[in-house]
Amino acid sequence: MGLQAVFFYLFAFVAVASAFMVISARNPVHSVLFLILVFFNSAGMFLLTGAEFLAMILLVVYIGAVAVLFLFVVMMLDIDFAELRSGFMQNAPMGALVGLILAAELIIVVGGSVITPQAAQSITTPIPSPAARTNTAALGDLLYTNYVYFFQVAGLVLLVAMIGAIVLTLRHRQNIKRQDISRQVARTPATAVEVVKVKPGQGV
Amino acid sequence: MDSFFLTYLWPAIVMIGQSLLLLVCLLVFIAYILLADRKIWAAVQLRRGPNVVGPWGLFQSFADLLKFVFKEPIIPAGSNKGVFLLAPLVSVTLALATWAVIPVNENWVIANINVGILYVFAISSLEVYGIIMGGWASNSKYPFLGALRSAAQMVSYEVSMGLIIVTVLLTVGSLNLTDIVAGQKDGIGTMIGLPNSFLDWNWLVLFPAMVIFFISALAETNRPPFDLPEAESELVAGFMVEYGSTPYMMFMLGEYAAIVLMCALTTILFLGGWLPPLDIAVLNWVPGIIWFILKGMFVFFMFAMVKAFVPRYRYDQLMRLGWKVFLPMSLVLVIVTAFVVKLTAGA
Repeated sequence: MGLQAVFFYLFAFVAVASAFMVISARNPVHSVLFLILVFFNSAGMFLLTGAEFLAMILLVVYIGAVAVLFLFVVMMLDIDFAELRSGFMQNAPMGALVGLILAAELIIVVGGSVITPQAAQSITTPIPSPAARTNTAALGDLLYTNYVYFFQVAGLVLLVAMIGAIVLTLRHRQNIKRQDISRQVARTPATAVEVVKVKPGQGV
Repeated sequence: MDSFFLTYLWPAIVMIGQSLLLLVCLLVFIAYILLADRKIWAAVQLRRGPNVVGPWGLFQSFADLLKFVFKEPIIPAGSNKGVFLLAPLVSVTLALATWAVIPVNENWVIANINVGILYVFAISSLEVYGIIMGGWASNSKYPFLGALRSAAQMVSYEVSMGLIIVTVLLTVGSLNLTDIVAGQKDGIGTMIGLPNSFLDWNWLVLFPAMVIFFISALAETNRPPFDLPEAESELVAGFMVEYGSTPYMMFMLGEYAAIVLMCALTTILFLGGWLPPLDIAVLNWVPGIIWFILKGMFVFFMFAMVKAFVPRYRYDQLMRLGWKVFLPMSLVLVIVTAFVVKLTAGA
């Protein structure tokens, strides 16, 4: 237990400290890098609770893909810090309002939450030992039986979002040269070369 | 006090010892892999390659190491110093961290975790950060372009690689790397009467998957013909332009550690890890680690030959290959494998 506690406080402290740095760092790229550190430490916390599959998926999806895109966008932006800070007082009331609403909602949700009546039952059901049943298999069983419709709907929502993103950004520009690999491969001397007899003094 | 020593201190000491042993072996191995890469490349081009330092140039990598370390590290004035120095550190640390879960022989592994393959996949998907950070922090055009290219490339090929790993998981039924190797003990070879032979391994059942995995591994580690991040004809040296001396060496070390890792991963997923190729007494006496190293070196030889033979891809061709060829193919492979596994499981 002792070692777990040490690691918990380590991960928790680094996560909170770097979450603070995300909003206080001056350079937005540094902010994103600190955000990545937050994700990384959260993955560590998942590991501590025994949710190894979730920890790895957090690493792959959030750090390996989502944060890369964040970093991409932030690096490409040309941000003028002086201009950014000049509007601070104007935007402060608006920001404070949003923050207040968020905080109020969180308090309502957390304060109004109750432990489900079935909790007592699920606590008493025996938990299979981790050696017999891995995390991944257990999650898969749940997802593909009890929650299969939610799982499918989530997949569908992602598909729609993906198609939407492609439709919004795809444009076929005319008048540019494109490489059509199947056409290149299909070319033979018979279709590509034409033998012409040129008479002297005349062009082709 | 005694229990504290036994529960915490002793395991920690053992783990540190194992890690150090693995690290030292790995670094020496990488030094010679680097030399082998240059030698093979040279042989294809009818040159001799490095042959001056030591007999047959065997100490070339160590001479290079000394040279890198004793040079003055130059940090560009306009760079973001912290991130600039962090980037090579990140790439080398991540590349070496993955080795914690790689089993080189039966039970020869530092951390035998349940989600081993996911861990490898997760950490190698983080390796892109070393490159992006290096490219951005250099505050210069070519490194930035190289970093952007590389990020897009690595993210694209990770997708098909993940799907290929899924096909292997479906056939084996475990995320643990040791179980993946153990699961290759019976397969087609056992069916046709050659048990415990090389025909049992995944490469035969999942041959298309192995080809896609191999090519994706080339792209993922920025090896030629996909070395666009450092395409010297266009981008000078890509994200490494501003780096010199030790930081540059760390980038190179990280790159080669990732390459050796990909060779080890191909060995584990498709070539039966430490299993001997035939069930003959003489071959069974050879320790598993020797087989593992031999198979890994074979895969690396293929890597090196591809580098020597194939000209560099153009960037749009690279993206087309990743998204329009490999992604659909690996998706279909996952579906087909799932069907076959489901149908044969009942029989």
